[in-house]
Amino acid sequence: MAEKVKDKTFRIHLMVCAGTGCVSNHSFEIKEALEKEVKKHGMEDEVLVVSTGCNGFCERGPLLVVQPGNIFYQQLTVKDIPHLVEEHFLKGRPVSRLMYTPPREKRPIPVLNDIDFFKKQVLIALRNRGLIDPEKIEESIARDGYKAMAKALTEMTPAQIIKEVTLSGLRGRGGAGFPTGLKWEMVRGAKSTNGGGKFVICNGDEGDPGAFMDRSILEADPHAVIEGMVIGAKAVGGTEGVLYVRNEYPLAVKRLMVALDQARRLGLLGENILGSGFSFDIKVHRGAGAFVCGEETALIASIEGRLGEPRPRPPYPAQSGLHGQPTLINNVETWANVPVIVDRGAKWYSSIGTETSKGTKVFSVVGKINNTGLVEVPMGITLREIIYGIGGGIPGGKQFKAVQTGGPSGGCIPKEMIDLPIDYESLTKAGSMMGSGGMVIMDEDTCMVDIARYFLSFTQEESCGKCTPCREGTKIMLDILTRITEGRGTAQDLTLLEDMANAVKDSALCGLGKTAPNPVLTTLRYFRDEYETHIRDKKCPAHVCRQLNTYTIDPQACLEAGRGCDVCRRNCSSEAIRGEKNTVHSITQEKCIKCGVCFDVCQFHAVKVK
Amino acid sequence: MPKLTLEELAKIREQARKTTMLREGGEYRAKVTVHMGTCGIAAGARGVMNALLEEMDKRDVRDVLVANSGCAGLCSREPMATVELTGQAPVKYVDLNTDKMRKIFEQHVLGGKIVQEYALGIGSEKTDFTKE
Repeated sequence: MAEKVKDKTFRIHLMVCAGTGCVSNHSFEIKEALEKEVKKHGMEDEVLVVSTGCNGFCERGPLLVVQPGNIFYQQLTVKDIPHLVEEHFLKGRPVSRLMYTPPREKRPIPVLNDIDFFKKQVLIALRNRGLIDPEKIEESIARDGYKAMAKALTEMTPAQIIKEVTLSGLRGRGGAGFPTGLKWEMVRGAKSTNGGGKFVICNGDEGDPGAFMDRSILEADPHAVIEGMVIGAKAVGGTEGVLYVRNEYPLAVKRLMVALDQARRLGLLGENILGSGFSFDIKVHRGAGAFVCGEETALIASIEGRLGEPRPRPPYPAQSGLHGQPTLINNVETWANVPVIVDRGAKWYSSIGTETSKGTKVFSVVGKINNTGLVEVPMGITLREIIYGIGGGIPGGKQFKAVQTGGPSGGCIPKEMIDLPIDYESLTKAGSMMGSGGMVIMDEDTCMVDIARYFLSFTQEESCGKCTPCREGTKIMLDILTRITEGRGTAQDLTLLEDMANAVKDSALCGLGKTAPNPVLTTLRYFRDEYETHIRDKKCPAHVCRQLNTYTIDPQACLEAGRGCDVCRRNCSSEAIRGEKNTVHSITQEKCIKCGVCFDVCQFHAVKVK
Repeated sequence: MPKLTLEELAKIREQARKTTMLREGGEYRAKVTVHMGTCGIAAGARGVMNALLEEMDKRDVRDVLVANSGCAGLCSREPMATVELTGQAPVKYVDLNTDKMRKIFEQHVLGGKIVQEYALGIGSEKTDFTKE
């Protein structure tokens, strides 16, 4: 039941971001400091401190939003808190020093909604982010949590629910983009055997490096996912729910446990929910963090206690999934969309997005970008709007070069295609994919061959080894790429690489193998000249592949600017640098191991790289 | 019997909304600003603020925005408060104490009638010259 403290009138709510990003930046300490200072001024009955899920603007954490008024404070430290509390919350003078000032501008923007990063977002899956305490079910209920579930359980038939989801145009947010309504229809039509019931699974095995969409949804609004799953269960006749989440997400796991417990205690899960006669419960299964377990058949194997390996499909999980029974499996973000569709209707939902891709998509925008963070945007938005509008452009005045979408098995889209509208089809056509929503921005200092090598080293390591194309093919591709980046590439390598990539793509058993070649194929398609320069000239245009670099010292800069400071010589581990203090230094190429330390330590830009 | 009925769920929603409403940026009946500069606090503005919040609690009023601001400039007449009914000109009150605040809340904020004897004047200083 609602706690007593909730009935009090507070004049200010301090919404402290407690997503994983801000927490690692000490936001819990900030929260404690706020509570302490508020108490010191005797305002504990006036000012309420709330910890929320991820706000999204992770770049600027730790974050605090002051309500009412939506005043946005960022990059707080514990030291700032006494001043902030006294000035703003006691005396009513907002502290502009702690507000957000966009790069290249001078005036801070006090109100959250006026900041470009937030202004251009449309929140459906993240509708409650920053507005509720995810560990208090009442706050979720206050924002219409479980309202759609109540409607689905007491007013709608399974056929009506599925029809609504189908008409909404919702497609799987885990990556493949399969129409959700169609999947539900298949599970509804499938018969369970020996009275084994049907299973409803939430796939929260988010494994892409640099991606944190699912984690943030689970941390900010676990009830949205739970509610979606109950609605899905009612639609397909599900009898048991499993929420599969990685154990590396301790905060998400904790908040899920709290949420499930509160829902159960209130009676929103369990027997005869809301008097509808429908009973359903969900248990949490913690995965050990294997990338391949995001694949549905491998995930099911993992829940059954077997090795996390995929199996050939068909039969699809819809016919024979967990314990051989019909199983409905959707991704975290897909589930979080369901309650809104049931509540507001398919017509409203399908009015957002493009012809073939409806609604919104959550992306984690990372890499060489000013505003690193989590964003939710309508389908059809262009890459330019995300990178330059929401993302605030590339730091340090550098040039944008490419964007990798869809995680390690997505592809690299070059800068020429920056006006590409984002939907499932356009990304696939460009050789990439939607994936679960990772977006890695790269600038001119990125070497595309090295990027392909990096992503392939990830998928190669995560390959389960069950099928030959993926096990051997990714290894061979990685060897070729490593060779090229070390200056040992040959003219035949590109043909072999391309053939191998296509072979793996066509013949691998599961999605991991089928998509692992994507970074190779897209970089070959859009940045072939970079590969050729590596092989023919033994040079890396971005100077990332250090084996291909030649380091020299500009004698004039060394003597005039640096006065022969000698720092490079002292840091050189292979004694390749000659010279002494106040004299010109030089590098003996035969001894140089190309580690790049001299380049990094020279403050006078005297060390040149070619 | 279900553990929770539809009606009970609706009731929890109603109750919880009273708290979360402050975060929604919705419609307010009025905005009351208590001036909390050093002069205001020394003259007892904290007590005035508490009285206001207490009244709101007691009468279960949630659609009034309570704000604070710095010194209003008229330090000799503190504690001061400004009451602004939505769509109407702001009214400044001076020389307040807790009883006066309670009376203003009842008659002006809820009743819509300005408490003439405590009021300094109607209107506010100019702050935005672009609107002229």
